[in-house]
Amino acid sequence: MSAYIDDFPEEAAVIRAAFWSSFVALAIGAFFGLIQTLHRTDIVRIFDSTDYYTILTAHGVFMVITFTIFFLVGVFTWAVTTSLDRGVESLRFTWSWYLLMSLGTVFTAIPILAGFVDSIDMSADVLFTFYAPLQAHPLFYIGLTMFVIGTWLAGADWFRSWWAWKSENPSERIPLPTFMVLTTMIMWYIATLGIAVSILAFLLPWSLGLVETVNPLLTRTLFWYFGHPVVYFWLMPAYLMWYTLLPKFAGGRLFSDPLARVVFVLFLLLSTPVGIHHQYLDPGISEGFKFIAMTNTMFLLLPSLLTAFTVVASIEHGARQRGGEGYFAWLGALPWREPAFTGMALAGLMFAAGGFSGMINAGMNINYLIHNTLWVPGHFHLTVGTAVALTFMAGAYWLMPQVTGKPLASKPIALFQTVLWFVGMTFMSNAMHRAGLLGIPRRTAEPQYEGFEFQAAVGSVAELDAQVAIGGTLLFVSAVLFLWNMLITSFNRPTETLPSNVIPEPLSGSDDSPAVLDNLKLWTLIAIVLVVLAYSLPLASIVDRGGLFGPGGDAFPVRLSPTLVAQLLVDTVQEGLR
Amino acid sequence: MNIHTYEKLWLVGAMLLIVGFIATVTYGAVGVGVTMIDDSEETIDPTQLDEDERFSEPRVEQVGENEYDVYVVARQFMFQPDPIEVPAGSDVTFYVTSADVIHSFSVAGTNVNTMVIPGEVSTMTVEFDEPGEYGIVCNEYCGSGHHAMEAMLIVQPEDEFELEEGEN
Ligand code: HEM
Ligand SMILES: [Cu+2]
Ligand SMILES: [Cu+2]
Repeated sequence: MSAYIDDFPEEAAVIRAAFWSSFVALAIGAFFGLIQTLHRTDIVRIFDSTDYYTILTAHGVFMVITFTIFFLVGVFTWAVTTSLDRGVESLRFTWSWYLLMSLGTVFTAIPILAGFVDSIDMSADVLFTFYAPLQAHPLFYIGLTMFVIGTWLAGADWFRSWWAWKSENPSERIPLPTFMVLTTMIMWYIATLGIAVSILAFLLPWSLGLVETVNPLLTRTLFWYFGHPVVYFWLMPAYLMWYTLLPKFAGGRLFSDPLARVVFVLFLLLSTPVGIHHQYLDPGISEGFKFIAMTNTMFLLLPSLLTAFTVVASIEHGARQRGGEGYFAWLGALPWREPAFTGMALAGLMFAAGGFSGMINAGMNINYLIHNTLWVPGHFHLTVGTAVALTFMAGAYWLMPQVTGKPLASKPIALFQTVLWFVGMTFMSNAMHRAGLLGIPRRTAEPQYEGFEFQAAVGSVAELDAQVAIGGTLLFVSAVLFLWNMLITSFNRPTETLPSNVIPEPLSGSDDSPAVLDNLKLWTLIAIVLVVLAYSLPLASIVDRGGLFGPGGDAFPVRLSPTLVAQLLVDTVQEGLR
Repeated sequence: MNIHTYEKLWLVGAMLLIVGFIATVTYGAVGVGVTMIDDSEETIDPTQLDEDERFSEPRVEQVGENEYDVYVVARQFMFQPDPIEVPAGSDVTFYVTSADVIHSFSVAGTNVNTMVIPGEVSTMTVEFDEPGEYGIVCNEYCGSGHHAMEAMLIVQPEDEFELEEGEN
């Protein structure tokens, strides 16, 4: 009965480092998020609108690459070492992937942030989707590659631990948390192939001037081949905590081990062959391929619906263990004063709302109305921006003391912070969804146009803007409170009275799970077959139509040199006069 | 495997929901005939649009009694032609391509919305029932002047509509 740091002091140091890398990214990302909300709504504009896209690139990359994935590697290391009850095989190896990821982040950040400084001829205002023929500085692509290779090595580290454990425990089932980590990583290996090919075969050589052109539809399709499963990569550590920690916080244990395994296997199988649902509006891809992606996407709802069931059932079980009774009265018996519990519960609730708006996105025809409008950021701030981010913050309230041996600085502020995030996001996301229905575009510094205005059927655009700005401000304050709590916790005095780091056995344990669920080779094979089925024809058709390097076209380095801007202005005026 | 009764019910419910979604979307696409952007057009070299018969002169063209074709070029940071004038109550087919990077062609607040990818031509056929003015925006980030990329679509009353010679 001891805290994590007592058993694994050295691994705890790596996890702390990963968490702090994640939090630094969150700090920068939240600051830029605030600037975006105020700028778009024309409430405060401290930057030029042309710099908006530098800010947005940084917000996207720092939030969904750095913040999420650094936290993930921390949680996964905790989950594997805890559930196998053994340290990593080689600490040097563990530190080396952490360093590679950090170096990759720095390399990616340099050209992005250089976009603010006109005198440096380097920039990467390509947003986190980096669609060619917009072109970033080569360092941007190099940094991303290093970061991804770092995550591959991290996965190898966890597989090594499992293999070593298995040779000592040949007849045992894979412990559930490790099972979750391994299936998620297999999905990640398959998914990252897409951007690996896109960057290494096309974008990097092109940015270095080694090849003249790229096929924009091909690199875009390869991006989305990766772009959908990455969503589940962010989500799986949150699911892992919902399955392992949340029931424990509620005072009980997970309802069903077999069902949890089924869910992770389904994610492994279905996450990748759906990416084309981000391309319903793309020319050059036939309706049939889009339709297949849509059908697969709908089936991908299944594991999330199952999760909703299991998690709620486990929480109810916990509440009843604590003396809760009645149809709904048991809700009152839950530990609502615990920030780790409340944060995750609120995150789960928002995920239900996000799932609903996601179902709408997934429908091919409704998608035409909302594609690339503010509806879309409205949607994913519920999913990755809350279900994931708030679960991570709530998880940190429990995990940070475990890996530092120090008690949380302030529980009441932590509790307030989680509720504040929920309230802020309710404002911001709701208004973004509504603005999207009016056709107000996303990724736009000034969605005010000269020739026309957006008309709201209910309320007004000004009211929507106000809600976005209020929501964004509350979220920013919430992020600051979180970071402050983490910082003070790190400087707290160590304590002996931390809760012990155990994950309770599920009610229906692994003995009830069919052994085939642990056959990782089989699931990997099926996952690959599904990907080949879903992608070989669309990719072949894209290459057949436009060629590997596209039907021609120039590169558009996104540099903000003053001469270029001046030239653009002159061109625009001349066009206007013609 | 030990599955609780409630679990089974939930599972069946979830499957029904999923199949239901697929059915409604299929009905929307096939039954009602909502058309999708697809791969019906050949690829084109975005640097050679000047040589192209359709896109060298972006324009509105009458091709049948109640049928019009509109050739649109999206480029940093404008649409050509601008404004686009079409009559109400006719079938209007848009052909949109890009001269440089990825843009979109999105008629605000409607489902006339497509990505515009260099090298590809997006097509869609729309009928506007009522005369009116719509804003066209680019809703895909296309560079530092992206927020200035707009145009107008003017749907004229049927009897007032006239194609100008050499309209551009
Ligand atoms: C302080 C809290 C936050 C605020 C105020 C905020 C605000 C915003 C706003 C206003 C946009 C839309 C900008 C536009 O399309 O013009 C945006 C985009 C985005 N946000 Fe956030 N956000 C916050 C937190 C997060 C978190 C926690 C995540 C993910 C973990 C996230 C991920 C993203 C992504 C991926 C985009 C899209 C970037 C792009 O279009 O390239 N945000 N955010
Ligand atoms: Cu997706
Ligand atoms: Cu644009």
